[in-house]
Amino acid sequence: MDFIDRRENREESGDRMKDENNGEVWELRLYVAGQTPKSIQAFANLKRICEEYLAGKYRIEVVDLMENPQLAQGDQILAVPTLVRKLPPPIKKIIGDLSNTERVLVGLDVRQV
Amino acid sequence: MQQGKQRAYEELRLEKSPTGIRGFDEITQGGLPRGRTALVTGGPGTGKTMLAMEFLVKGATEFGEPGVFVSFEETQDELIANSASLGFSLPDLCDSNRMYMDYVRVERSEIEETGEYDLEGLFVRLSHAINTVGAKRLVLDTIETLFSGLSNASILRAELRRLFRWLKDKGMTTIVTGERGANSLTREGLEEYVSDCVILLDHRVTEQVSTRRLRVVKYRGTEHGTNEYPFLISERGFMVLPITSMKLDYAAAEERISSGIPRLDAMLGGKGFYRGSLVLVSGTAGTGKTSTAAAFADAACRRGERCMYFAFEESAQQVIRNMRSIGLDLSRWVKKGLLKIVGQRPTVHGLEHHLMTLQFMIDDYDPAAVVVDPVTNLTQVGTITDVRATLARLVDHLKGRKVTILFTSLTPGSADAEMTDVGISSLADTWLKLQNLESGGERNRAITILKSRGMAHSNQVREFLLTGEGIDLVDVYVGPEGVLTGSARVSREADEKAREAALRLEIDRLEADRRKRRALLEEQIARLRSEFEGEEKELEGRIHLETLKMETMFQKRKEMGISRKADT
Repeated sequence: MDFIDRRENREESGDRMKDENNGEVWELRLYVAGQTPKSIQAFANLKRICEEYLAGKYRIEVVDLMENPQLAQGDQILAVPTLVRKLPPPIKKIIGDLSNTERVLVGLDVRQV
Repeated sequence: MQQGKQRAYEELRLEKSPTGIRGFDEITQGGLPRGRTALVTGGPGTGKTMLAMEFLVKGATEFGEPGVFVSFEETQDELIANSASLGFSLPDLCDSNRMYMDYVRVERSEIEETGEYDLEGLFVRLSHAINTVGAKRLVLDTIETLFSGLSNASILRAELRRLFRWLKDKGMTTIVTGERGANSLTREGLEEYVSDCVILLDHRVTEQVSTRRLRVVKYRGTEHGTNEYPFLISERGFMVLPITSMKLDYAAAEERISSGIPRLDAMLGGKGFYRGSLVLVSGTAGTGKTSTAAAFADAACRRGERCMYFAFEESAQQVIRNMRSIGLDLSRWVKKGLLKIVGQRPTVHGLEHHLMTLQFMIDDYDPAAVVVDPVTNLTQVGTITDVRATLARLVDHLKGRKVTILFTSLTPGSADAEMTDVGISSLADTWLKLQNLESGGERNRAITILKSRGMAHSNQVREFLLTGEGIDLVDVYVGPEGVLTGSARVSREADEKAREAALRLEIDRLEADRRKRRALLEEQIARLRSEFEGEEKELEGRIHLETLKMETMFQKRKEMGISRKADT
């Protein structure tokens, strides 16, 4: 699996979606440290949940701290994987491999349809 | 063979990273274990953060070792402000890439946990920070906060273990701070992970006076004192008072120095005090203690030595003005930088704090003589036993540096001076007692040497005179009425003089008598001799006459025999 490609895809898709959904965009950032089983797992879980509950109105950015260590300080990243909800405000954080969908939805404050 | 072994052993010894913290490196014999993690624990407000911060600042400024401060509790701005009050400018250090600060915020309410995770994010941040400044030192203050921010304790423990191993592999000299728990050194048992060095800070209040203590609980591979060492946090940073001089192994100087009062020197075996000894001058109010102390300080300055004068009851200007009245010009020594008068009331701080400040001031000024006037004011801020113990420490420390110390001690008018000073008098090498003798409607000062170790000293009471030209000691009159001083002594001396004059007259008279009698005798002898000479001549004439008669008779008999043709 390659994060970088997918990230670019999401961003494009997100930009498209923005116009169609009255501007409500879920901007999510997933911090990982290298391509470990845990981070791969987290990304897969995140993608699945987003497709199911936020289809067409989300954008995921994956930040690999191994490549950009200086980014950890800004978002107060300590544990990995960490998912940060940049938008809509307020900023929310979920740490772990996102294996518990219920908790991820609660953490992201997504109303279940 | 033995030597080779010894060398190998020396090499194996734990390498130390000096902290640059005053006193700390002395009690730990060099600082913290290099490349390892030390735990600093203590209750809230005991100074853990300040100790850690100074370790980094000194590392960056004095030992060329950049450092990283990772704070879990205080933001950068708070740290900068707090450190500024200790005289550290963190922004400068950060700008010059000698220090890196990172504030790690962990807020449980903002974090949802789901599934497996690790703390690689923290590792990445540490690694980035370390690489940015090329750090050799690291502080984690206090990592225990993680336990309140993250709920999965088993992951945390595993990750902490991994973190400490990682730091060791990186060769970082690290301080981890921890909050003291009810029954353990730290709330979360950090001491399990940090096994090389554990330092405990304590802050307690006894009798409304707060004291800070530091104890090295554990230091693997190093001989360390297990005592509690007092420390203070001042505007000049963290300072620990090392109690290294309790061994009483300081060298005893043979050199003698003047007390500043020539006649007193004469009483002290003719040479004055020993250098590096403790002189105690005790007496009631107005007996001349400060004057004695000032004379001693003046003498030290005259020798070109530095002297530090702690005045607990007067300001520096007041001391100078008052001493001018007895002919001691101390201001010139102050101007020359040989004398430093510190006027201060000890009640401002606790005893420990006060004595430590004293000691650090002394260490900075490096004087050859120290005066504390009066030392008894310290008892106002502590109990007698406390004062004694802390003074003993100060005295030993100073003696070790060959500093001659003069303490004055105020004894209450009612009590016996020799009783009330027992607390500190046993520390003293020379003990001078000043007293007021009241008789004949006046008070006069007197001085005695109660003891003076290692010298033949006078046992006499001397009258102590403060004159415009300085201090003078004069003999007192000791007679059947006791010791007389002042005008009683003067009148007694006048009496003495009159009596002496009378005796002198008498002696002269007797002498004249003797001479006269002798002359008389001589005269008689001469007369008798001349009488006898007359008689002697007459007798000699008669002897001559009789001899002639006898010879003539003998001649005649012989002639007659010849004429008779006697057949003889």
